[in-house]
Amino acid sequence: MHPAFSVIFLTTLIGVGQGLFLALFTGQSYSAVELLPSQDSTHFYGIGGFLALLFLIGGLIASVFHLGHPERAWRAATQWRTSWLSREVIALPLLMALVFVYAMMHYFAWDTVLFTSGTGARLQASLVVGTLGVIATFALFLCTGMIYACIKFLQEWASSLTVINYLLLGTASGFFFATAFSAWAAPELMRFYGIWTAIITLAALVTRLASLIRNNRIKHKSSIQSAIGVRHTKIVQKSQGAMGGSYNTREYLHGAPIWMFRSIKWVFLVLVFPVPLALLWLGLAQGSGALLLAGFIVQYIGLLFERWFFFAQANHPQNIYYGAV
Amino acid sequence: MTQLALVIDLNVCVGCSACVTSCKEWNTSGPAGAMSDDNPYGKDPTGTFFNRVQTYEVGSFPMTETVHFPKSCLHCEDAPCVPVCPTGASYKRPEDGIVLVDYDKCIGCKYCSWACPYGAREFDEHEKVMKKCTLCVDRIYDESLPESERKPACVLACPTNARLFGDVHEPESEVSVAIREEGGYPLMPEWGTKPANHYLPRRKTRMHIHEDELVRADNPLKKEERGPSAPVAEPTLDDSTSW
Ligand code: SF4
Ligand code: SF4
Ligand code: SF4
Repeated sequence: MHPAFSVIFLTTLIGVGQGLFLALFTGQSYSAVELLPSQDSTHFYGIGGFLALLFLIGGLIASVFHLGHPERAWRAATQWRTSWLSREVIALPLLMALVFVYAMMHYFAWDTVLFTSGTGARLQASLVVGTLGVIATFALFLCTGMIYACIKFLQEWASSLTVINYLLLGTASGFFFATAFSAWAAPELMRFYGIWTAIITLAALVTRLASLIRNNRIKHKSSIQSAIGVRHTKIVQKSQGAMGGSYNTREYLHGAPIWMFRSIKWVFLVLVFPVPLALLWLGLAQGSGALLLAGFIVQYIGLLFERWFFFAQANHPQNIYYGAV
Repeated sequence: MTQLALVIDLNVCVGCSACVTSCKEWNTSGPAGAMSDDNPYGKDPTGTFFNRVQTYEVGSFPMTETVHFPKSCLHCEDAPCVPVCPTGASYKRPEDGIVLVDYDKCIGCKYCSWACPYGAREFDEHEKVMKKCTLCVDRIYDESLPESERKPACVLACPTNARLFGDVHEPESEVSVAIREEGGYPLMPEWGTKPANHYLPRRKTRMHIHEDELVRADNPLKKEERGPSAPVAEPTLDDSTSW
């Protein structure tokens, strides 16, 4: 498939936003049961929540560039019964609304304690909103992944690994951002977030490698024989029904030379996993927010390459009809 | 249930592209608006088409055969492009099985074209909506046309009658008989899309001449003793019949 920059930015930006929100919520729930020191609502959860919202808004803006008629985009919420894309169109604004409420509650200290247990654990109203937000976050990861995984003949995508990778890669980058953010806003949480970032990044490495190995071994079900229905081992296309190319040659082929395609795989493997992990380790060891931020940025750039590769690697069966390109 | 469709006979298609041009002419002049046509006479012409003819060479020289292969939307009975559409712009008409796009609802997200294994949908770069073969829905029911012309433009244009149109669910229709008796097959059956359009394979008409059809075993010439065959005294088949 041809990687569209709008979709690359959409999926990576909302991934960071979702991961960051999960990180904030995890921190708040740990401190509610007094496993972590509690933080200043305004400066940590409030600002953090708004930053997560900014990432989500950035993704939404990127997605607009993908549409031919963005002014009709509201219609895209109507077919949630059958379309994962429609479900995503519902889940994203829902999550944005919940993150907004969550951030407002913290920023303006509108939070109240609903319930205090005998051991001192507190249930705050913001945790209830946050729980709903976590459900929306996971629903959004599921929708984003399923948009790709549900197309069964795009065999590189049609796997549960697609959903798992969206979840883990997005969460890893969000936790990374939370680590860097906490270096400024809540230094006592830095190590907590850093360790989680490392764990999630390593888990993502395992699942992303698993999907690379799976995709290397894929046997494509369609062939030129089944595509035109002629049984012969040697069939060569002589003309494709268009002289200057068509939508079919622009949308479904990545168009990059093979050396570039291959090297982008290594670029993303290096930029998403080892380099950020090394920066994370250094940043934590030196307590340096700048190094942690650099680690996040490197990983985010790596994720752009990762997403490019994700699209480029998917081989659409319609390409069989364009073997002459 | 009615399922209108085309049956395309690869045995007689000569690759003239009359269906391509007549399709574009009919559909670009319709109320739905023009179809993109960029650089039509320049370098690298490109545009939106509902139907394209491709050409394949089967075999290696000298044992080759040229197959012309017209490709348009197959109006799949289990169309994967329809449920994925987030707006409901893509739909399959229950009354006749035609798969259509409502250009006023389409947001141009291109998701449906990802979900069509055949690459039958084309995005219009000027109108920014997804387009595809309509099975000439604006012709086939038009009562102002004489009945013989209530057929898709491509079907009427084909000089070799390689394109048949009709209801593939009606067992005695021209298309059903052709599929049944001439070996009609669907494209990429492995995806379970159940394409309504079918293709008829290349069929060879071979004459088998056996040697005994050239040299008659009971050739009367043997009476003149030219053949080294059976005793002359025995009656031949010709002797005993009244030919
Ligand atoms: S050929 Fe493609 S566009 Fe046409 S109905 Fe089938 S899946 Fe949909
Ligand atoms: S491009 Fe149009 S018809 Fe296709 S899925 Fe998107 S909204 Fe539906
Ligand atoms: S049926 Fe009509 S729209 Fe479809 S390919 Fe033929 S002429 Fe074009």
